[in-house]
Amino acid sequence: MSAPNVRTTADGDARVIEPTIFELSRPGRRGFRLPEENALADHAHGIPERFLRHEDADLPENAELNVLRHYTRLSTLNHHIEREMYPLGSCTMKYNPKLCEVAADLPGFRDLHPAEPAEFVPGAIELLVDLQERLAAVLGMHAVAVQPAAGAQGELTCLLMARHYFRDLGQKRTKVIVPDSAHGTNPASATFAGFTTVEVPSNERGEVDVERLREVVDEETAVMMITLPNTLGLFESKIREIAEVVHAKGALLYMDGANFNAIVGLVRPGDVPFDFLHLNLHKTFATPHGGGGPGAGPIAASAALAPYLPTPLPSRRDDGACFLDDDRPKSIGRMHGWYGNFGILVRAYAYLLYHGRDGLRDISETAVLNANYLRARLSGEYHLPHDRACMHEFVLSGSRQKALGVRTMDIAKRLLDFGFHPPTVYFPLIVEEALMIEPTESENVETLDRFAEAMLDIAREAREAPDVVKSAPHTTPVGRVDEAGAARNPDLCWRGRCG
Amino acid sequence: MTAFVQHSPEDRARMLAGIGVTSFDDIVADVPASIRVKGGLPIPEGLSEPETLARMGRLARRNVGGAELACFAGGGTYDVCVPAATKAIASRPEFATAYTPYQAEVSQGTLQSIYEFQTIVTRLTDLDLANASMYDAATALAEAVLLAQSARPGDRVLVSPYLHPNHRRVLDTLLEPTGVTAVELPSRGARTDVSGLRPDTLEGAVAVVMQQPNWLGALEDMRLVGAALEGDGKPLFIASVDLSSLALLEPPGGYGADIAVGDAQSLGVPMNYGGPSAGVFAAKSEFLRRMPGRIAGLGRDARGQRAFTLAFQTREQHIRRARATSNICTNQALVALQATVSTALLGATGRRRAAELSAVKAHALAERIGHVAGVQLADSEAPFFREFAIRLPAGVRALDVLRAMTRDGILGGIPLSNVPGGGGEGLLVAVTEKRTFEEIEAYAGALDRALHQPNGSRAAEMEKVS
Amino acid sequence: MNIPQELRYTKEHEWVLADDGVLVVGVTDFAQAELGDIVYVELPSIGTRLAAGETFGNVESVKSVSDLYCPVAGVVADINTRLGDSPELVNSDPYGEGWMVRLEPENPADLEGLLGPEEYSDYIGAEAE
Repeated sequence: MSAPNVRTTADGDARVIEPTIFELSRPGRRGFRLPEENALADHAHGIPERFLRHEDADLPENAELNVLRHYTRLSTLNHHIEREMYPLGSCTMKYNPKLCEVAADLPGFRDLHPAEPAEFVPGAIELLVDLQERLAAVLGMHAVAVQPAAGAQGELTCLLMARHYFRDLGQKRTKVIVPDSAHGTNPASATFAGFTTVEVPSNERGEVDVERLREVVDEETAVMMITLPNTLGLFESKIREIAEVVHAKGALLYMDGANFNAIVGLVRPGDVPFDFLHLNLHKTFATPHGGGGPGAGPIAASAALAPYLPTPLPSRRDDGACFLDDDRPKSIGRMHGWYGNFGILVRAYAYLLYHGRDGLRDISETAVLNANYLRARLSGEYHLPHDRACMHEFVLSGSRQKALGVRTMDIAKRLLDFGFHPPTVYFPLIVEEALMIEPTESENVETLDRFAEAMLDIAREAREAPDVVKSAPHTTPVGRVDEAGAARNPDLCWRGRCG
Repeated sequence: MTAFVQHSPEDRARMLAGIGVTSFDDIVADVPASIRVKGGLPIPEGLSEPETLARMGRLARRNVGGAELACFAGGGTYDVCVPAATKAIASRPEFATAYTPYQAEVSQGTLQSIYEFQTIVTRLTDLDLANASMYDAATALAEAVLLAQSARPGDRVLVSPYLHPNHRRVLDTLLEPTGVTAVELPSRGARTDVSGLRPDTLEGAVAVVMQQPNWLGALEDMRLVGAALEGDGKPLFIASVDLSSLALLEPPGGYGADIAVGDAQSLGVPMNYGGPSAGVFAAKSEFLRRMPGRIAGLGRDARGQRAFTLAFQTREQHIRRARATSNICTNQALVALQATVSTALLGATGRRRAAELSAVKAHALAERIGHVAGVQLADSEAPFFREFAIRLPAGVRALDVLRAMTRDGILGGIPLSNVPGGGGEGLLVAVTEKRTFEEIEAYAGALDRALHQPNGSRAAEMEKVS
Repeated sequence: MNIPQELRYTKEHEWVLADDGVLVVGVTDFAQAELGDIVYVELPSIGTRLAAGETFGNVESVKSVSDLYCPVAGVVADINTRLGDSPELVNSDPYGEGWMVRLEPENPADLEGLLGPEEYSDYIGAEAE
């Protein structure tokens, strides 16, 4: 990414790549004409004065072209999947087929009002039901609910289901067990569902230590949450034993499905058996990440837990007719103002139709093949703490480079100069100076080779010219941000008046 | 092999050799055979692109919504103007296919647009801080109450009886583990009776939650609530607002709210059958370290340039884990971008006029409906912005009326049961700046026909066809 | 690594100075170096009664949060309000201007249970391994 032209602010205190929309504003400019604006000359709105604001909100005024140029210029400062590889571990930055975007933009989906009577929107409801049924088939689970708006919300939904389930059984269970390699959302969701988190360590193979797990699981354990494959990119080879240990104490086994892209068509979680789980449609089922969202976090449940799924639940009657079922007395209730991120669900449904049975399996196999190819290419120069075949991602340690004074963050920043987005860094917490690499199925072998060469070049630089790495990036629109300065003197919204 | 997997058989062989295995099965040897899928997934084979889109098109065409009908349904989701330029920007892959801006050096576009969104929200709400978005208004409201629960002692939250009913349900779901329960304030017509908010009735409350305009469209006396909650250590004042209304109505900061939540959809985002929208969360600066969600901040880079970055990440789950301020990770950034671009296009004047036009046209429709025999405003005393509830004649089913009105091309509102001040069924009717005076006339005619000529509209339709 | 001889230490990397019957508490040079640039310090209110080992606040760097543990039981007599605007004092002068709280100990003899400078030095040496 080349450095763009840099301007200087009016007050000359900092160089600016693109001014804010507030600085670009000039009073009286308009970028959109409203219907029948002239009516304001003849009609009063009739709202009493005491409910009104005293002066206009200080919002920017710009013509349409100026607005387009501003946001187009801003967009060019972003790395994105259609520009270059984005091997951000655990985030599954795969390519999103454009047909999914076309489908979501159909007026018969995009322009529906959520409070329309169900009989006006049978196609939308059927889509939700059919998506749930197909996901249930792919997962081998009894039932799916697509309402949660994101993976973390799916986790919270499931943990609330567990809470209600044990209450109905008359059991007081307070603990949620997570491996020490778990995503931060796991313990956070446990807290918001009213549980206490207990960590179980990983063994030298990078898997849950089953013996330690046996010591931790007891009659107060509600749920064991486990990411499969785990955040080291490894399949928990003892997963069936783990399930037995957990179930033997009457606790529930939960799958964090963030890494499901590794095993679609290989393992159905219901066969393990997991009791419930969430998926991230914006990871495995190729809906775009949007700079941080929206995503969707459908959940799946066993027959025992299905009555607790959130309402309204898109459902099918015996005669095949689809409806929104709001009459489910054991349900935990609503998790979203309407039915979830419908527009994202439309994209995921199109993706499922398009790829189908064998396509989904091929995609997962390729994701795993790509990760192992890169692992093999990089494990000579970089320390590979768990030296075994991985699934869709693998975790290197920058410990050798750290000994040379080059930190993992430096390696990440140097990759930016090669045009690649860095891997996830410093996660999972159990690997020192972690570099978590997930190439996804989207990359061809030439791109994987280019990425490997870049990583190997940086390892060489760390030995021969460490300052180049430590002072990276050199070619990005901005350099490293003084985050401590930004935290000590927070500037979280623009204070200047609009021009 | 799907169109999205690029390896030739030769590539595959070379890669397997590089890995040092002879087959893919060697790689996945750790997966127990007993749980492997045998015989393929039980779903159909994939389709081509045209076949997929044809199937999606067939499903879409079975729905009737804002594309076919003049939409007078609201209730938190509004058929507002969405500029073409907004879609053009939000479709750019640079925004749509980027991830969370953890690497600031290559995410300035996303970070600056979030910062601009935060600024627009603070200016509309007149509060100090805003985050990068929550899932929707309902979850933002629940997070606000959870924040209050961490900031104030108590076991109750006092809520207006006229919160959006779905938001109230989400709140109840998420409050259940905390031991805090929602207690409803009394009502007076279509408004909340807030006259009883006194020190003794506020005892043990972590917050008071009001919605402006409320679920029935009526404007609440927010200043009275603000006055009752003024002072250190009082329950927090949480206002759930229609963001687009704030170009005209008094902002939450003006009437003393501590936190404002709402939906960014009404700022210029398609309705999407209720999602994705984006939840808005704004607060006074004293709550910075208790805020949920991501926040973008402005700082400097090593070259002395202005540079944006994610700020105060230590609040978030990936660092603070079990003690994070929220479990939220993925948010609704692309929708927040749409709201930002739409607002930039409308500008201060356009935003105010859009709000004024909505109000003008809503009041014109209320006046016209007043002449339809048998129909009454649910609360003729209650001032409103752009949405109001009407009561239908006794025995008339709201769903029947809506069904009949579609024949005149009108989506007549949201069905209500047990309308305040007399019960019976009714409609919640919203008018946005997008509705024309012609459509308002058509609404009145369609309602009249639906009530008084059960078969008339069908006859009219047949005439048109012939 | 600076480990002043006149102070006592904890395994959670706090230091304690006995000053005329009152205990001054802060975090060590080792701790501030591990944390990196400190951007925020949360301290208890004056008058708070704390048990030994209880958390009394936390220090935030850009990417981490660490709890502060009370070395001995006591009541908070004073807090360093300058850290509100200048948390970087913990980095620049951890044993001086970066002090955090003054504590009236329940039992002044509790101080004897803490680590001496050599023991602390050995402890962080072992931890670094």
